[in-house]
Amino acid sequence: MAAYPGLHGLLAEFESPTALVQAVHSARQAGYTRLDAYSPFPIEGLSDALGFTRTKVPLLIFLGGLTGALGGFALQYYCAVISYPVNVAGRPLNSWPSWIPVTFELTILIASLTAVFGLLALCGLPMPYHPLFNVPRFALATRDHFFLCIEATDPRFDRAATNQFLAELSPREVSEVPQ
Amino acid sequence: MPQEIASPPARPGESEHGAPPVIGPGYTFRSVVDKISSITLARRTPGGWWFGFAIAFALTMLMLYTIGYLLIKGVGIWGINIPVAWGFAIVNFVWWIGIGHAGTLISAILLLLHQKWRTSINRFAEAMTLFAVACAGLFPLLHMGRPWFFYWLFPYPNTMEIWPQFRSPLVWDVFAVSTYGTVSLLFWYVGLIPDLATLRDRTKNRFVQVIYGILAMGWRGSAYHWKRYEVTYLILAGLATPLVVSVHTVVSFDFAVAILPGWHSTIFPPYFVAGAIYSGFAMVLVLAIPLRAFYGLQDFITQAHLQNMAKVMLATGLIVAYGYGIEAFMGFYSGNIYEKYSQVNRMFGPYGVYYWLLIATNVAIPQTLWFKSVRSNPPWLFLISLIVLTGMWLERFVIVITSLHRDYLPSSWAMYSPTVWDWSMFLGTIGFFFALMFLFVRLLPMISIAEMQTLLPASRVEHDGSAGPTQEKH
Repeated sequence: MAAYPGLHGLLAEFESPTALVQAVHSARQAGYTRLDAYSPFPIEGLSDALGFTRTKVPLLIFLGGLTGALGGFALQYYCAVISYPVNVAGRPLNSWPSWIPVTFELTILIASLTAVFGLLALCGLPMPYHPLFNVPRFALATRDHFFLCIEATDPRFDRAATNQFLAELSPREVSEVPQ
Repeated sequence: MPQEIASPPARPGESEHGAPPVIGPGYTFRSVVDKISSITLARRTPGGWWFGFAIAFALTMLMLYTIGYLLIKGVGIWGINIPVAWGFAIVNFVWWIGIGHAGTLISAILLLLHQKWRTSINRFAEAMTLFAVACAGLFPLLHMGRPWFFYWLFPYPNTMEIWPQFRSPLVWDVFAVSTYGTVSLLFWYVGLIPDLATLRDRTKNRFVQVIYGILAMGWRGSAYHWKRYEVTYLILAGLATPLVVSVHTVVSFDFAVAILPGWHSTIFPPYFVAGAIYSGFAMVLVLAIPLRAFYGLQDFITQAHLQNMAKVMLATGLIVAYGYGIEAFMGFYSGNIYEKYSQVNRMFGPYGVYYWLLIATNVAIPQTLWFKSVRSNPPWLFLISLIVLTGMWLERFVIVITSLHRDYLPSSWAMYSPTVWDWSMFLGTIGFFFALMFLFVRLLPMISIAEMQTLLPASRVEHDGSAGPTQEKH
């Protein structure tokens, strides 16, 4: 970043998902590591091409569900056994079968909340400003065009050489992304 | 579900097995985006929209007027009394929440089953779920008599030093319905994020751009984000699937756990869930058929969608019919005079006409869906869906009223009849539901843009110049 102040990276624009995936493969083979691809819809194999195969989302959701289940049961146990025990003809206070529905619902609730807020947190959203939004044509990334960005923080990044490299991938155009 | 619909034909517009395609021919990424988003971004609102919204809005005002009067006078303005303490409120609650279930079924269960045809109907079916749950929630809330104390239902440390009774199905209901509402909202919103970004980037109006920009939260279609997004969406679907089954099961427990003849039955959970899906698909058809005609969306909501929904209706309708059969059989087979009488009273008592109407609307008439000519005729499908919706409402009416009005003790028997305020509340929620639907159709993309794009063959990556799209992964 220090080498190119004010520059976020170089952005190449493609017209098909296939061209984008091939460009990502080429960039990775050329040794670039700080890159990201943008598309209007999910493309199968694109994140694999970027070397991003595992996400923490499922683990977070599992932990959220576990919290919901244990917390939900503990809540009912506390209410019905510890804080406000009601003796109904000597029936057991720990009547766990009748607590399953609420335990289940809270499992789903906490897991789902974790899923959505975990997704947003891992993606760094909400993010109202991003350097890419400075490029007018980037508006097409949510429509019908496909973009590859090699960021200036990449150790192999060189303004001229990277520009040359991207131009060889036969994109529609290559543009600089101001910070 | 027929196999040929499961995987779309290699080229849209053509079909290998004679089944209609899930998207019309000749679409590109851009034309899909433009077609769906132009409905939302159009400057002029169509006159038909205003006409429909005006009616729905007037009925919404009727609902608010009824609620106002109810808060002043109390629930005595309704026809409820002892022994029929649950009248229209619970009938309408179960009816609305059941309608909501098809939205979750379409968005979650069909996603897990790789049913591509869900793509163009899942968005507004999810919206339908949300709005139906909103209508459903009003009824138990107002039936409480003092709705401003609704928070007493939640466990929170309070100066009265008491807690909710967690052994009661009514408390389970609070948790089930509020979880259902929350998860439906999350699922719907997560699905909307990429489309909101599309609208943000497409609009020319600065104000509209800022609004959609805030809602899209800075989504930019990064491959890292898409990967997490897809994983999250799939897991949410996996969570919503057992949830939707649990919600209507818990609703049925409201009845089945009670010891009243005609309610105390183990068939209730499965048959309530099937009935919920039945009425929900009917409502999706009632919404989809006019929408596709009015906005010219026949290429996106195709014959394949209508026919598949009709088939789901037929299948769930048969499960419901089986439920009625078993209920009647068990009434006589149980050897219990109260059970037996409750069944006889249901069929031939003072409310018997509603029972036979229910059999006609829910069991007999939908059998016409066996005929392909009926399934592929949108006006007929629309009519049958309306009949099914009526039938499912009658079902809840019969279950609630006939079991309550004559219980064990003949001296406490009484008749129930709804008042004008029962009807105004019910009609009012229908108006409220449609008013929200109208606003949704105008302000948000009613079909998922990003998902529709993935239906196009061009969205698949070709490997190393080999001709043709790659094999669909299952």
